[in-house]
Amino acid sequence: MDLTWAAQDEQFRAEARDWLAANVPRQPLPSGDTAAGFAAHLEWERALHADRWSVVSWPEEYGGRAASIWQWLIFEEEYYRAGAPQRVTQNGIFLLAPTIFEFGTKQQQDELLPRMAAAQDLWAQGWSEPGAGSDLAGISSRAVRDEQAGGWRLSGQKTWSTRGAFCTHLFGLFRTDPQAQRHRGLTYFLVPLDAPGVTVRGFDRLDGDEGFADVFFEDAFVPDSAVLGGVDQGWSVAMSTTGSERGLTLRSPGRFLKAAAALVALAGERGEAATDLLRDRVARSWMQAHAYQQFTLAQVTDIVEGRPAGARSSLNKVFWSELDIALHETALELLGPDALVDGPWTRGYQFSLSGPIYAGTNEIQRNIIAERLLGLARR
Amino acid sequence: MRFAPSDEQRELEAVVRQVLTDRCPPGTVRAGAGSAQVAALAESLAGLGVAGLLVAESDGGLGLDENHLVSVFEQIGYAAAPLPLTATLAVAPAVLSSGAPDLLVKLVEGGLTVGADPAVTGHVAFGSGVDLVLRGGFGGTGPIEILDVSDAAASTSPSVDVALDLTGYADARLVATVDDPQVVRLAWERGVLATSAELIGLSRRMLELTVEHVRAREQFGAPIGSFQAVKHHLATALLHLEFAAPVVAAAGFELAAGVPGRLRSLATAKALTSEAAHVVGRAALQCHGAIGYTTEYDLHLFLKRSWALESSWGSAAWHRAVLLEDLGVGLTGVRPAS
Repeated sequence: MDLTWAAQDEQFRAEARDWLAANVPRQPLPSGDTAAGFAAHLEWERALHADRWSVVSWPEEYGGRAASIWQWLIFEEEYYRAGAPQRVTQNGIFLLAPTIFEFGTKQQQDELLPRMAAAQDLWAQGWSEPGAGSDLAGISSRAVRDEQAGGWRLSGQKTWSTRGAFCTHLFGLFRTDPQAQRHRGLTYFLVPLDAPGVTVRGFDRLDGDEGFADVFFEDAFVPDSAVLGGVDQGWSVAMSTTGSERGLTLRSPGRFLKAAAALVALAGERGEAATDLLRDRVARSWMQAHAYQQFTLAQVTDIVEGRPAGARSSLNKVFWSELDIALHETALELLGPDALVDGPWTRGYQFSLSGPIYAGTNEIQRNIIAERLLGLARR
Repeated sequence: MRFAPSDEQRELEAVVRQVLTDRCPPGTVRAGAGSAQVAALAESLAGLGVAGLLVAESDGGLGLDENHLVSVFEQIGYAAAPLPLTATLAVAPAVLSSGAPDLLVKLVEGGLTVGADPAVTGHVAFGSGVDLVLRGGFGGTGPIEILDVSDAAASTSPSVDVALDLTGYADARLVATVDDPQVVRLAWERGVLATSAELIGLSRRMLELTVEHVRAREQFGAPIGSFQAVKHHLATALLHLEFAAPVVAAAGFELAAGVPGRLRSLATAKALTSEAAHVVGRAALQCHGAIGYTTEYDLHLFLKRSWALESSWGSAAWHRAVLLEDLGVGLTGVRPAS
């Protein structure tokens, strides 16, 4: 065990902290899941990119700093600590990009990654369909080969695409071999949303933001270069993305450490209204946020030493999503009647409720944990 | 930054595990205090020199630190070893070094068994046959009395954990009183850390026993482990265990490195391991069904030990109260007594 940071990591932290202190918007931005808020967030993310803080772990040629995974964690911690805005480009940067690094051709990497880092291409996730949620292999959108045009014709519907109405591109699975078994015959496509035959329709989420979208495909054409990782190979490519989604790349500990600190501050502000029962719950949440950080540090050590997280990312997913709700529920109880007013805790609570649903429901994650980590039989 | 046991830690862990596997099967836990099996176990552990784990090499010890303490106590918990090892291995070195240095040599040689009663309850866990009792120091404050109980009148009390061998002593001889705040603090921290690590080991064992059971046991024509309700119980148990264990490891590192903010990690370690053991134990019992609710089956040995440790060295609620004080939002009422 050696939990001391190396000198260059401390230096990286200081540099990040200074830059964030000087550049984070003084006033909180409007929600990035609304059209106006999204535009304001893009301005912020382009400022991040201008000083090479938007994708710190990427190679320098793509706009990054070639930071180690440890430094990435440090950056995340400082990012949240500084109260910096939520990243509206995260589906691209944290979910799609690792998959492009792993499965993309050199040409795809060179074309797509710099534009993603610069918040020029804005990526929406196209996993869910009206008939397929956590059962991702149940999708029915299809892609049919168009030999003459040298590409594919997409048809079907994706839904619940986060910020889909504001994005420029979508990544998702399409069935390319209807005869094959469920998990086979799927292909991972990268689709510009302005392609002819693609229609995007935004709709409101539980919290009232218009952050969701339906995306309809009517024989929309994409060239062969839109295939990521090989025709009919989509399932294994997608599993790489979902690992990122459940694991630490989407939910680094910084976010929860910040929320736990805010909860402690809230308990302090509420004085006697914070009963001992509620204070006890504050302590529980703080401890769990701390545990999530320690778990992550251990997990990163494993990854650095060549022991990939694999199904263990399902542990992250269940833990952070349940922690997020507990943090917000405790805050709302501390607020008492003030929780009627629409504010950061109220909005955060509503958003936290999506955690156990998206990225594979927690019921599915518990099945994965039981089957793949504990070795219990499938049914 | 490297959040993983060192090779040295792993080696020590493997050696201790081997001795416990050989010498501390469930039959030994059942045999309990005064049995030949437990005496043989104590002798084997003494042979490893683990009593000198935290004692400097210049004093004849192994000169290791709290990182190793965590590795060793996880194994002790896994085996539910029925000996006062927290007091002897974790607490005694600093206390004796300060208050009765002449006894340190005997401790290192494995010739001294020490019990502890930090909360001054009058009960010493695994207490019959101990030579010394360290009384007081709960919460890391107040004096710790070193009592020689070799000639004192002993009486045992029934415990929730039948193997706990709860012993009280009358007319003990006071050897010394240690009131150096740093020593008392360190003794407490190590006691809490060792107990937390022990709870991780106990939780791991209970979960393993249960996984083994639900894979083999069939009902409705299928292994019960294939039912989603059972899977979810055990997935939740694993979550509690997996997110508590790194906190204990981090607290061990912080103690070893003397990190100033270690109080928070330590309080978190004990609170989360107590809760984890509780949740894992409940899931284990439920998934075993009626067989688990017997004393013929081994589960109860680990379950009851975990109950005993949950309420020793500060309960989960007590440690949360400590954390709150440190965070500057202490309780408005009274902190739980223990």
